[in-house]
Amino acid sequence: MTTRIGVVTFPGSLDDRDAQRAVRLAGAEPVALWHGDKDLHGVDGVVLPGGFSYGDYLRCGAISRFSPVMETIIAGAREGLPVLGICNGFQILCESHLLPGALTRNDHLHFICRDQRLRIENADTAWTGSYEAGQEIVVPLKNGEGGFVADERTLDMLEAEGRVVARYLEVNPNGSRRDIAGITNEAGNVVGLMPHPEHAVEPLTGPTTDGLGFFTSILKKLVNA
Amino acid sequence: MARVVVDVMLKPEILDPQGQAVQRALPRLGFTGIADVRQGKRFELEVEGPVDDAALARIREAAETFLANTVIEDFTVRVEDK
Amino acid sequence: MTLDTVDKAKDDSKDRGWLQDGPVGAHTFGQPYAELGLKTDEYERIVTILDRRPTSSELAMYSVMWSEHCSYKSSKVHLRQFGEKAPASDAMLVGIGENAGVVDVGQGYAVTFKVESHNHPSYVEPYQGAATGIGGIVRDILAMGARPVAVMDPLRFGAADHPDTRRVLPGVVSGIGGYGNCLGLPNIGGEVVFDPCYQGNPLVNALCVGVMKHEDIHLAKASGTGNLVILYGARTGGDGIGGVSVLASETFDADGPAKRPAVQVGDPFQEKLLIECTLEVFAEDLVTGIQDLGGAGLSCATSELASAGSGGMRVELDKVPLRDATLAPEEILMSESQERMCAIVEPGKVDRFLEICAKWDVIATVIGEVTDGDRLEIFWHGEKIVDVPPRTVAHEGPVYERPFARPEWQDALQADGAEHLPRPQGGDELRATLLKLTGSPNLADKSWITDQYDRYVLGNTVLAQPEDAGMIRVDEETNLGVAVSTDGNGRFCKLDPYTGAQLALAEAYRNVATTGARPLAVTDCLNFGSPEDPGVMWQFAEATRGLADACQILGTPVTGGNVSFYNQTGETAIHPTPVVGVLGVIDDVTRRTPIGFREEGQIILLLGDTREELSGSVWADVAHGHLGGRPPQVDLERERVLAEVLIAGSRDGMVDAAHDLADGGLAQALVEACLRGGNGARIVLPEELDPFVALFSESAGRAIVAVPRSEELRFTDMCKVRHLPVARIGVVDGETLEIQGQFTIGLDELKAANSAPLRDFFA
Repeated sequence: MTTRIGVVTFPGSLDDRDAQRAVRLAGAEPVALWHGDKDLHGVDGVVLPGGFSYGDYLRCGAISRFSPVMETIIAGAREGLPVLGICNGFQILCESHLLPGALTRNDHLHFICRDQRLRIENADTAWTGSYEAGQEIVVPLKNGEGGFVADERTLDMLEAEGRVVARYLEVNPNGSRRDIAGITNEAGNVVGLMPHPEHAVEPLTGPTTDGLGFFTSILKKLVNA
Repeated sequence: MARVVVDVMLKPEILDPQGQAVQRALPRLGFTGIADVRQGKRFELEVEGPVDDAALARIREAAETFLANTVIEDFTVRVEDK
Repeated sequence: MTLDTVDKAKDDSKDRGWLQDGPVGAHTFGQPYAELGLKTDEYERIVTILDRRPTSSELAMYSVMWSEHCSYKSSKVHLRQFGEKAPASDAMLVGIGENAGVVDVGQGYAVTFKVESHNHPSYVEPYQGAATGIGGIVRDILAMGARPVAVMDPLRFGAADHPDTRRVLPGVVSGIGGYGNCLGLPNIGGEVVFDPCYQGNPLVNALCVGVMKHEDIHLAKASGTGNLVILYGARTGGDGIGGVSVLASETFDADGPAKRPAVQVGDPFQEKLLIECTLEVFAEDLVTGIQDLGGAGLSCATSELASAGSGGMRVELDKVPLRDATLAPEEILMSESQERMCAIVEPGKVDRFLEICAKWDVIATVIGEVTDGDRLEIFWHGEKIVDVPPRTVAHEGPVYERPFARPEWQDALQADGAEHLPRPQGGDELRATLLKLTGSPNLADKSWITDQYDRYVLGNTVLAQPEDAGMIRVDEETNLGVAVSTDGNGRFCKLDPYTGAQLALAEAYRNVATTGARPLAVTDCLNFGSPEDPGVMWQFAEATRGLADACQILGTPVTGGNVSFYNQTGETAIHPTPVVGVLGVIDDVTRRTPIGFREEGQIILLLGDTREELSGSVWADVAHGHLGGRPPQVDLERERVLAEVLIAGSRDGMVDAAHDLADGGLAQALVEACLRGGNGARIVLPEELDPFVALFSESAGRAIVAVPRSEELRFTDMCKVRHLPVARIGVVDGETLEIQGQFTIGLDELKAANSAPLRDFFA
């Protein structure tokens, strides 16, 4: 049976088609989910894609977090549904309190689009099983509000529990505390990532194909489950 | 030290996309009866020395030339009682 | 204010005295036509057309639609050449006159693209001006039925170290990023040029590319009596009343703009919803005609739709959803609130149309219907306030044959060539010159700017800045793609506008071919000073003539574009700056040729002839602050052959890297190819050339390519068969750029010099 991965479109989502393409290239079936529809249509996992849902107005992710589909996703995530939030999706996960911390304006105050080197710190989550801990990858990063912040206690906890999923190498592009590029929840089914693995899945259009691993990871995990 | 507050708001005739997005979201969350929302910026300036007319004039100048974009924004300056 | 109705206007005009006297003098009816930018004879013409005085709403409509910006009244007679001299092209599906031209790119796909200016609004409010510039051009493309797939921004600012540039540039760049990034369109190219002539007159042009299937092409016309007129998108506010249209038609005083009209504020989120909603109504075939609301707002949309259609139109203006309830009907007609569209929909399809709008949270309102008459009638709470023949508003505005004359200073300027200027002598001085040039703002790395734009979104970007052209994959199955480049050189145009415009086209054409794409069509944004200055008008006439002639020879028709006049401060006009965009098609994007030297050991070939052409060059500017002489020669037949060779080289897998030679000559092309690919080069300059000329001359019709050793013979044979000069000038190697017998520079040093300036000035 094909693995079905839902990709949610919120008003203002931008990288939803890209996330669908990445799911397809990884060998799963992408399923378009609509923000106003509570039904997840039986998908095995969910990607919250990048973009500027609701124009990033009020706070990034603050309005989307209250959409009907998020009610089901939040409940599902607590039961173990694999959820990957990329960029704006990461912001929504933080606003939903599925992940700790928050994303703030880049320290240099500019939007930044660059090919970013990362180190995968935790290869045991639902979305990183195809990598090896310590593996370095290069994927695009593009954000205006990507600076990960949390209080010291939370940061220490994330480090101690191995919940930092990926860390920026060479350049910290947005002032994230402790160079954190992505984190996971305690159970490892919910991952938030500021860089964009879905833009590094084809040699023609991406700087590398290093991003594909996030999407094959979930496939491997679900098939083995 | 005294605190001077500068509030910067988009001029009434200028579109405020942020306020509109917030206003549209409110009823969905059950907060009804709100006819309009406009979003602005608040600056809190901690002033050394007395806040006299000269100091306020300087702050107005700062607001006019720097804190607000007077092409599209209005501002107000007030001294906050502590 | 009391309502000015058609009945009232008729009543006022009952006394036919004005017929004998002419309406002016005793019979201006006290109307403020001059304040609205209309000339006396234009006002007279309106009175003649209507056979009465216009109502205030009619006056508002005519004044915006007859403004320079909307009517092209000064440029029309010259722009006609683009149609008259258009080369026969099978690719043109929709030509000039619509929102944007449409080009066939094969496999059932069509591509539409257009470049427009937003210069004056960007000077007044850099962030919002640049942002709404993107919004406007994207809606133009959307209105043709296409999904917008990429944007590019050709930008020109004053000197990099001038305070005005520091004010304007960061705002413009954030505005482009803030709007374009939020819209989800990759920004794949464009230009950033600095020159003191643009101080106080920045040029902020924006280009958008859209893709559709042939059957999806939509046109701006209202046909079918009884069909309904639906306004959808943002509510209407007091934004830019007379904004773009009056602003763009008026010269700024040295102190800045005389009026500061309400600035239009863009809402990219609303625009993103508008795009998705519009594409969904297209997909369900719910629309018979569509028009975006840009400059001149509803005045433009209603009159253009009705004018192009078969019948008349009746509009209930009081139905328009307002953001500001106090707006008068005249203001609603003139408002330039952003993110609005107007559609003509059959009655049976209206419910479904409104349903899709509701799904996307887009406000949609039926405001009128297509009638079987030939008038555009607009009502305000039941009272008729406009009753005009729509063509007279939209398409039959005034046309001026402005006087033009070659400026007196032109001869002296051309006599003062750069060839006589002192030149660097010996390897050390050449080395220093190269570093100075590559570290000058115009040749410096622009990534501080372009890194603020998303180039990845949509996942189809094959090439983006700093490549020679941006390239987008159109079809994921077949790998069909398109490439676009924009170019313009105001310095060359100042020296000779005819040749300068041709050089701009030649460069954009060459840039597209360098990537392996076949050039198909042209769009242009013609940025000039005041048309009331005969010298400026001569520049305009020469540039349009040059461009039309060159398009004819290269077989690339102009599909549309925009004219921006009045780019001047007081009496001083900017350099004439036609910005030319060329679109090309590539059957297999995996064959694209990037600029970087990627493989050590590959052979570097120089294609084309290098002449001693230094006038107007970057060297003359940076080393001497000099502008004079004649620009490089143009040989369009040569450009065509060069393009053929580059395209064949890409198609047959012979070429691994290619870069066109333009600003800064061979030296700068080598620097960019080395830095982009991360490999050095050992170069032996052709013996017959003076090393300085070989490195810094800006002769047109040239490119460098890097070919694998195994392909060298096949490639050079191909050049020889086509009589294209080809010289082996070196090999990709090491971590330095070595010009043998002259100097060596490490890539690190080159990179430091090349990447420093923009960060130093603006970060």
